[in-house]
Amino acid sequence: MSTVPRGLRITLLLAPALLVVVGLFGGGLAQAVAQSLGYQPFLPGRELSLDAYRALWADPAVRASIGITLRVALISTAAAAVLGTAAALLVRSLGRHRRRFAALLQVTLPLPHAVAALAMILLLGQSGALSRVAAALGLVEDPSGFPALTQDGFGWGIIASYVWKEAPFVAVVVLAALSSGVAELEDAARALGANAAQRMRHVLAPVLAPAVAAASVLVFAFTLGSYEVPFLLGRPFPATLPVVAYQQFRDPDLSARPLAMAIAVVTALLVGACVVAYLSLSERLRR
Amino acid sequence: MRRGAGAGLLAVGLLAPLVPLLLWAVAGEFRYPALLPTFSGRGLALLGDAAVRSAVGTSVLIASSVAVLATLAGAAAGRALGLYAFRGRRAVQLLLLAPVLVPTLAVTLGIQVFFIRYGLTDTVAGVVLVQLIPTVPYASLVMASSFASFDPDVEDAGRVLGAGPLRRLRHVTLPAVAPGLAVAALFAFLISWSEYILTLLIGGGTVQTLPLLLFASIGSADLAAAAALSLVIAAPPLLLVGLTARFLTGDRAAVVGFGRL
Repeated sequence: MSTVPRGLRITLLLAPALLVVVGLFGGGLAQAVAQSLGYQPFLPGRELSLDAYRALWADPAVRASIGITLRVALISTAAAAVLGTAAALLVRSLGRHRRRFAALLQVTLPLPHAVAALAMILLLGQSGALSRVAAALGLVEDPSGFPALTQDGFGWGIIASYVWKEAPFVAVVVLAALSSGVAELEDAARALGANAAQRMRHVLAPVLAPAVAAASVLVFAFTLGSYEVPFLLGRPFPATLPVVAYQQFRDPDLSARPLAMAIAVVTALLVGACVVAYLSLSERLRR
Repeated sequence: MRRGAGAGLLAVGLLAPLVPLLLWAVAGEFRYPALLPTFSGRGLALLGDAAVRSAVGTSVLIASSVAVLATLAGAAAGRALGLYAFRGRRAVQLLLLAPVLVPTLAVTLGIQVFFIRYGLTDTVAGVVLVQLIPTVPYASLVMASSFASFDPDVEDAGRVLGAGPLRRLRHVTLPAVAPGLAVAALFAFLISWSEYILTLLIGGGTVQTLPLLLFASIGSADLAAAAALSLVIAAPPLLLVGLTARFLTGDRAAVVGFGRL
C-alpha cells in the first residue's frame, strides 16, 4: 500500500504512545522501585538495601494506613457495584422515563473528585446539611452531637464520596453492556417459557457479570491509589497509603524518600495483585 | 409503585449532595443550625479575581494541549492496534492497560527528580508531559476500538481513484474515526481538567490550575469561596458530557473513561 515496510510502519505508529507508557510510566515505576531501595539519581551512590521496606513494616502508622486503604477501597467498590447494578436494572425497567434517568446518571460522572469531596464535606460534616436537618428535627443540639462522618477514623466520608461518583459509573458500564440485544434474548427466553428467575440466571447474569466485574476492577484500582478524596475527607492519621506516600515525599529530610517510594511501590503492588487475581479468576470462570 | 419509589430514591441520591454546594456558593451568613443561608454574591464575585481568571487560562491551556497530544498519539497507536495483526500486539495492549490501573502517583514520585533535573518542574510543559501518562493509554485503547471497525480497503479505493494522502485522510479516514477521536479528546481533556496531585508534584504550586485553587480554598475554610470555585470547575465537564452524551452511552470503550475521572 505504501513504500514504508509494514513492520516499520507499525513501529512508527506505536512509537509516541509507547514512549509515554514505557518511558514515563515504566521509567517512573522502575525509578520508584530503585529509589525505594536507597538509590538516588544524580547523587553519590549509596548502598542498596531493603531498609525502607523493613521500616515500613515496623511502622504502626503505615500498618494502620494499609488497613484503612484496603477497607475504604473494598467497601467503596462493593457498594458501588451493588448500587450501580441495581440502578442500571432500575433505569432499564423505567420505560418512557428511561432516557431521562440514564442522563441523570451522567451528572456525577464528569464532576472532579475534589468537587465531590467538597459536596460531601458540606453534606455530611458535623455542621453540614444533614446535621442541620437533624438539629431542625430536634435530634441533635449542636454540631458535636452529630456523628463525625468526615475527617473520621473509619473513612465514611471518603467512602460516601467514592460511592456517589463510582456507583453511577458502574451503572453506565452495565447499561452499555445491556444495550447490545439483551432485551431480544430475554423476549426469546420468555417466549420459550423461562420465568423471571431463570431469565435472570441464564440471560441477564452472563451479560451483567463481566461488565460489573470489569467496572469493579477499575473502581477498586482507582479508590486504592488516588490521593485527592482521602486527603480532603480523611484524617492525617491514619491516612490512606497515597496520602502517607506524599506526606513522606514532602519531608525536607531526603532520608524519608526511600520510605515514600516504598509506600508508593506497595500501593502499586496491591493494585497489581488484585488485577492479576481478577484476570486469572475471570479466565478460569470462562472455561 | 415500587419502581417509582426506586426512581425517586435514585434521583435524590444523585442530586441531593449538590444542594448544599449550590447554597454555599451564594451564601452570605450561613451559621449552624440555619437550613438556608442569607443570600450574598461574595463567593461568586471572588470568581472575577485575577488569580481565578489566570487559573482558568492555565487549566484550559494544559487540558487542551493534553487532549490534542494524547489524541494524536492515541490515534497513531490505535491505528496500529486496530488494523494490523502483529507479533507482540497483545503485549502492547496489556502495556497500555497498566497505566489505566496502576496509580499514577507512584510513578510520578519516581520521575519527579528527572523533571527537576531537566528543568521541567514549575513549567506548563512539564505538567502537560506528566498528564500524558494517564491520558495516552486511554486514548490509544479508544482509538484501537475505533479503528477495529474501520475498513482500510476504503482508503485503497480512494488511492485508486486518485486521492492523495491528505485527501484520503480528510475525506475517508477522519470521518470514519471521528466519533472515536471526539471521545478520546473529550476524556483526555476531562482527566487533565480534574487532575490535582500530578499538577502539584510537577507544577510545584507555580503552575496554578483550578483544582489547585480549589484545594487551597477548601484548606483556608472559606466554604463560600470553595463552593463558588467548584461550580466553575464542574460546569465545563458537565456541559461537555451533556453535549456528547449521545456518543457515549452505547460505547463500552468510551464509557470506561469515566472510571478515571
